[in-house]
Amino acid sequence: MKKFDKLTSIPAPLPLINIDTDMIIPKQFLRTIKRTGLASGLFYEMRFDESGNPKPDFVLNRAPYSSSTILVAGNNFGCGSSREHAPWALLDFGIRCVIAPSYSDIFFNNCFKNGILPICASQEVVDALVQDGENNKEITIDLEQQKIVSGNVVYDFDIDPFRKHCLLNGLDDIGLTLEKESFISTYESKCAQDKPWL
Amino acid sequence: MPKTLFEKIWDTHVVHKADDDTCLIYIDRHLVHEVTSPQAFEGLRMAGRRVRNVGATLAVADHNVPTTNRTLGIQEPESKLQIETLEQNVKEFGITYFGMSDKRQGIVHIIGPEQGFTQPGMTIVCGDSHTSTHGAFGSLAFGIGTSEVEHVLATQTLIQKPAKTMRITVDGTVSEHITAKDIVLHIIGVIGTAGGTGYVIEYAGSAIRSLSMEGRMTVCNMTIEAGARAGLIAPDATTFAYLKDRPMAPQGENWEKAVAWWQTLPTDDGASFDKEVHIDAADISPTVTWGTSPQDVLPITGIVPDPEQENDANKKAAMVRALEYMGLTAGTKLTDITIDKVFIGSCTNARIEDLRAAAKIVEGKQVASHVQAMIVPGSGLVKAQAEEEGLDKIFLDAGFEWREPGCSLCLGMNEDRLNPGERCASTSNRNFEGRQGRGARTHLLSPAMAAAAAITGKLTDIREFK
Ligand code: SF4
Repeated sequence: MKKFDKLTSIPAPLPLINIDTDMIIPKQFLRTIKRTGLASGLFYEMRFDESGNPKPDFVLNRAPYSSSTILVAGNNFGCGSSREHAPWALLDFGIRCVIAPSYSDIFFNNCFKNGILPICASQEVVDALVQDGENNKEITIDLEQQKIVSGNVVYDFDIDPFRKHCLLNGLDDIGLTLEKESFISTYESKCAQDKPWL
Repeated sequence: MPKTLFEKIWDTHVVHKADDDTCLIYIDRHLVHEVTSPQAFEGLRMAGRRVRNVGATLAVADHNVPTTNRTLGIQEPESKLQIETLEQNVKEFGITYFGMSDKRQGIVHIIGPEQGFTQPGMTIVCGDSHTSTHGAFGSLAFGIGTSEVEHVLATQTLIQKPAKTMRITVDGTVSEHITAKDIVLHIIGVIGTAGGTGYVIEYAGSAIRSLSMEGRMTVCNMTIEAGARAGLIAPDATTFAYLKDRPMAPQGENWEKAVAWWQTLPTDDGASFDKEVHIDAADISPTVTWGTSPQDVLPITGIVPDPEQENDANKKAAMVRALEYMGLTAGTKLTDITIDKVFIGSCTNARIEDLRAAAKIVEGKQVASHVQAMIVPGSGLVKAQAEEEGLDKIFLDAGFEWREPGCSLCLGMNEDRLNPGERCASTSNRNFEGRQGRGARTHLLSPAMAAAAAITGKLTDIREFK
């Protein structure tokens, strides 16, 4: 997993609420057996017309947002299906950070597994960052310091310390868990006694 | 200290707890399907890892499978490749698999309970958000992403923090014709699609207790639509009766031991929840959705709402967008909305009871001439049971299509999908934009209401239907 430390970009504003994972990556792109190559399906129905041509007014089809690495969105981002294809598609497009007032749990979790930082910010902060995006103003995300820097204005954000550690160091969860193998084996033998029906 | 059902399951599954409360929890059961697993198996293979507990893992193909004549194989090459990939993976890693020609094949959340693979007090995961369905048995069941699927395959554990707890108590008796689907749609309308975020919801109260296992599964299934991680219903005599003698349920002496433990699971008197919600069963009407979010619900007697009445700018914008997408005008009576398709199926409502309820409505009647209606049973066993009861004949005589089991039009990954602008009365769980096909318009409702809509050709109040 790629390490995450600092990120500077003009944020792409997409201030809709309840953006679900079907919108982020529709089902026809879920038939892949790979993690990569999903950028072409990102926000497919919003981004492309019926004949597959890009819709010029959709934010990610317009410069400078077409090369944004930060996406700013409305409440309850990533709700719906658990498909990890949603963060894969965002990542493949180049998005490394999403900022929204709230997320669905599964999507939020999935981001961390792929080196994407999802930041929960208040509606006021999100509104201000949407403005920044519309004014083509760059912002910087500093994960170590837990800060969003927009010119002279600095916003703090919260993050779980373990997740921060993993993101900063690009750590793979499975490797970390296997270091606790002895705890798993102990649990399994106790379970075999307590719950013989399992 | 008195504990909740959630706390009891959680506490008995902690393998390791770090100083910051991050826990490694053991996973008792892992369901696998073709869409969210290929990259996980690929990861294992690349790292030279094996599946830690093959006996805890069950795989099935459901999302991509054709629901028409299966002897022809799968037409769409990508769907075919995904299923073949699953077949290679289960072989290579030694996992039990219900293939397309297996009678037990069906939607992953239907076959787990049906086989008795799902049991009370367990932790159950699947790379699928509707894993919440299994919470109906009093098991902690939730959806995970593909990276976590790989994590579970390799370690049989997950890294988690305890969730907050919410109890939703539905007391009283629902009126005639009100089903589990109406109850859960009503609940989502009350708490909203983000209302459950961060919580595990326990459903309690007399209206929940009196539901069958099928009904309980419908309620827990749509918990994810309220944003919660998982839904739970305490195991009781109804649960045990359902599980007894299922092929993968405990047998003999082990059955007695298991039941003895399961009986200790229900929430203790005096245990506290982070949040409590009370709902009066008498307030629940036959419920349908009008918009593109499962919280956009109304009693069937309602009218399409007016965005001008909404003060919150974000919500207003979402409503305007939803009405445009749905092709609806504010003020229209829901019962005046005509439909093109009817879909009775999905892990929400494709169990035998759902089919019986629909059959009761359509018996001796005809599907409206402008409507295409289909029934997609949740599993091969549900299909066989329905055929034994003669339900297939009732549906076919009425003009329904009678299909093979799978996810089908719930998400349209196989070739079943709606055309742009088509309007569907659907027993599934998501009315998102594009869910049933590009530009497709979905109204969520119960099987009986969907059946009535098929006959009249429009959304119909089941209480008025004759
Ligand atoms: S029936 Fe629908 S919701 Fe259920 S698992 Fe299949 S696609 Fe998902």
